[in-house]
Formats: sequence, structure tokens, C-alpha cells
Amino acid sequence: MKRIINQTPNRPTGLALGLLPFVLVLLVYMVASAARLAENPNDPLLPSLSAMAESFQRLATEPSRRTGDLVLWVDTAASLTRLGLGVLISMAMGLMVGILTGLIPYVRRAFSPFVAVLSMIPPLAMLPILFIAFGVGELAKVMLIIFGIAPFIMRDVQQRVEELPTEQLVKAQTLGASTWQIMLRVVLPQVFPRLLDATRLALGSAWLFLIASEAIAATEGLGYRIFLVRRYLDMETILPYVAWITLLAFTADILLRLITRYCFPWYGGGRSR
Amino acid sequence: MSAVTARNLWKEYDSDVVLENIDLHVPAGEFVTIVGASGCGKSTFLRMLLGEESPTRGELLLDDAPMPAEPGPDRGVVFQKYSVFPHLTALKNVMVADELAGARLTGRLFGSARRQARERAMDMLQAVGLDHAADKYPSELSGGMQQRLAIAQALMKDPKVLLLDEPFGALDPGIRKDMHALILDLWQRRGLTVFLVTHDLQEGFTLGSRLLVFDKVRHDPQAPGAYGANITYDIPLQRQNPALYDEVRERVAAAEQETLKESTR
Repeated sequence: MKRIINQTPNRPTGLALGLLPFVLVLLVYMVASAARLAENPNDPLLPSLSAMAESFQRLATEPSRRTGDLVLWVDTAASLTRLGLGVLISMAMGLMVGILTGLIPYVRRAFSPFVAVLSMIPPLAMLPILFIAFGVGELAKVMLIIFGIAPFIMRDVQQRVEELPTEQLVKAQTLGASTWQIMLRVVLPQVFPRLLDATRLALGSAWLFLIASEAIAATEGLGYRIFLVRRYLDMETILPYVAWITLLAFTADILLRLITRYCFPWYGGGRSR
Repeated sequence: MSAVTARNLWKEYDSDVVLENIDLHVPAGEFVTIVGASGCGKSTFLRMLLGEESPTRGELLLDDAPMPAEPGPDRGVVFQKYSVFPHLTALKNVMVADELAGARLTGRLFGSARRQARERAMDMLQAVGLDHAADKYPSELSGGMQQRLAIAQALMKDPKVLLLDEPFGALDPGIRKDMHALILDLWQRRGLTVFLVTHDLQEGFTLGSRLLVFDKVRHDPQAPGAYGANITYDIPLQRQNPALYDEVRERVAAAEQETLKESTR
């Protein structure tokens, strides 16, 4: 018998093992839901799968009686716009600040400690300040996401730039490159896939900040909706919404991975070295 | 081609003396190999030639002018590793030198300028025997091929001085032999001044036209950093200076022409 660290499952077994926890959770839920509904058919806590599917379909296809909107899509569009804006601005800031602090000693000395302190501020503690400063509109929500993830991305990019072997920078100089050209042709392309990695890791926090700010002040959005219907214990809406948010987050993660793989074939995710 | 001169050259880090009182003149076209124990300052000396480090005292001259204080296109370099850009294919690694020179703002060439740079780069790849791997990324190349690529890349700027920091240290013996042949051929054809730092004494003795040994002459067991290394051996080797070789070859050829003419008369 081989040691367990030397035993690897084959492909179908691996797939089955990966699915196992999902199936288990689903089964446990279905059993519990059926048991509760048998006692009280109007029990709101654990709605049946079919009831949730119905509710989800209603939200996705039937216009709301109050506003006439397709609630799910309006919420999704609003949330993704905020998230996308926040993440894109954070990426741009992270790339610029990270490359400059990573490559130029004067800039590093001037800003690196500042960014380090900035990243220690708990972003949610900033939320009241942001609401006061920017109002309860879109700007405050986007700002919260930026506050939450931009410092992390900046520091990560800076570290990746500092990790580039000195040999490469020296080599570029012996090929006649100026500082600007080194940034453009040596540092930027090598740091870009790492920026995507950092963004992928930051996406989880970005969702957290988005939903937190929507929960407090919004008129539409995925986070707004689940906190709104919480008052009526409307699990038929909340659970499908949570699943939907998870699906969106998962898709974003996979998209970023695919972009990295196709645009940067030379990049092994930092694993090869 | 370019001459390198050191006069009373010292290098110290705080209280640690690395190199002390180096006097050296290397005429243009020499192939200098540098050997010595680890920590004897041979790599520090190379970094000073490169401009990464500056002398604490004394002078380091390149063609009678002070050595520039940062790396530049007049001194090419090949390191043991990380010499090439992992995000560029072999061809683009070599093209990048022309692209940087041709487009100060974008660092990229387009149209006919790009085609020209491409052709020049292909010629260079051919010279080092890598034309078949032009579209491969460095990670897809073997260690020896990566070093060939690094040499090709370094030669694109036609540097006066080529600095090699243990370039073949990580290669298999057979491949190392091929690389020796390549670098000797390039040295003789292009008339470079070459400095090669190596751990391998055999390599140091067989490869160049002059061997320098760096070592500490004095030791203080109480304070290991008190004394620096100096050049303890400076040995002329068999290989000819290519300039001298060319001169002799031309003379001989001219003389042969003369005798030919005389005999046909």
C-alpha cells in the first residue's frame, strides 16, 4: 500500500470527488427542507428547490408590479456596473502606483510607507466617511471598492516589480533602454498577468464591499435586494440571489484566468520559477 | 573595440574591503578570463565594469574616459541566468535593441522599420545558430540555447566591451564546449574586448587571451573584511589578439599577393 500522499485519483474519480461536497450539501438541504415543509407547508426558512426556481424565474422574466422592471437584471446591471468601475479604477491605480513605487527608488521612498498605512485602514470603517463625503449615490459605493482593493493591488504590483531580476533591468539598459522604455517594454508586460492575478484575489473583497454598501444605501442592486427582502424572511429570493452572486463571481474568476492564459502564454502564474 | 584601464582601484563596503589597489590595463581586443575563489571580488569587478557599482577610490577608465556610472549600450552583458526577457520570443528578444533605439517613445517599430529590425535580428539569430527557434519563448529553450540567445541579444548594440558573468556555469560540459567555440568565433570575427568571469579554472585557462586571478594577498583572521583582493596572477595565454591576428593575416596575404604577382611576371 502506497502512502496516502502518493496516491492520486484518476480523472473521473477526481471529478466525482470534486462534485461530492456540492451533492452532499444539496442533499442535506433537500432533506431538511422537506422535513420542515412536511410540518408546515408555509415555512419560509428552507423553501423547496422548485419554489426557489419559480421565484428566480419570476424575478428574471416578469416585470415587477411596482416599478415594471425585470428586477433581477436591473439589480445585476447596477451591481456589475459598480463592481466593474471600482475594480477597473483600482487596477489602473494599482498598475500605475505599483510600477512607479516598484521601479523608481525616489517614488518608493516617498509613497510606499503611505500606501502601506493606507492599506491598513479598515475600508468598512471608511464607509460612513465616504457616504458623508460623496453622498449616498453611486460614487460612494465605487469609492468603497477602490478604498478596499486598490491599496492591496498597488502593494502586490509593487512587490512583483521588485521581484523582477536585476539582471533584466541591467540588460535592458545595456540595450539602450530609457527608464520609460524599461517601464513600457520590460516591466509592464511582465507585471500585467500578475495584475490580473492580484485582481482575481481582490474580487472577493470587492464583492464584500459592494454588497455592504448596497445593503446600507441603494435603490437597486443585488446586495440591496437581499437585504430588502430579509425583512420578510423571503428566503425564496435570498437563496437564489446568493447563488446568482456566487455564479457571477465564479465566472469573473474564470474569465480572468482565461485572459491570462491566452494573452500571456509565457506566464506560468509564477509557478514555473 | 575598447581599452579598459584601472588605476589604484579600490572597492569598499563600509569597513569591508573587497578590492584593493587594482592596477590593470587591458588593450582593445583582448579576451580576459577572470578566476578566483567565491567572494574574491571578481563579480564586483565585473559589476564595476558594467557600471552597476562605482569605485570607492581610484579610477576605472574606458578608452581613457571615466567608466559611465550606469549600464549603457557600449558594454554588453550576459549573466548566468535571467539575461533574456521571458515575455518575448527569441526573435523579439533580439529585435528589442533596435526597437528601443528606433522608437524612443513607444519602444516599438512598425512597417518597413520593423521588417528591417526583424531581418537584422534573424541574421543575428542565425549567427548563434538559433534561427530555427525564432518564435519560441525562452522558457521553451534549453539552458544552452537561452545563453546563445542572451549573447545574440547583447551583440545587437555592437558593444565595445562584452561582459560575461559565469555565462556557461549552469550548462552541461558538451554544450559548454559548443558555447566556447561560439564565443571565440564571435570574439575573433567582431574584434570585441571580452571579460569573462568563471568558476571553472580550466575554462579560464583555455578560453581567453589573458588570465587574471583575483585573490587576497593578506589575511587577518580577526577581521576577515580588513583586506581586499588583488590580481595575484596575470598570465598571457595562447589565443591571439584578433587585431594582431588580422594585422598579421593582412600582412601575410599582402606578401602572398606580392609573390604571386612576381611569379606571374
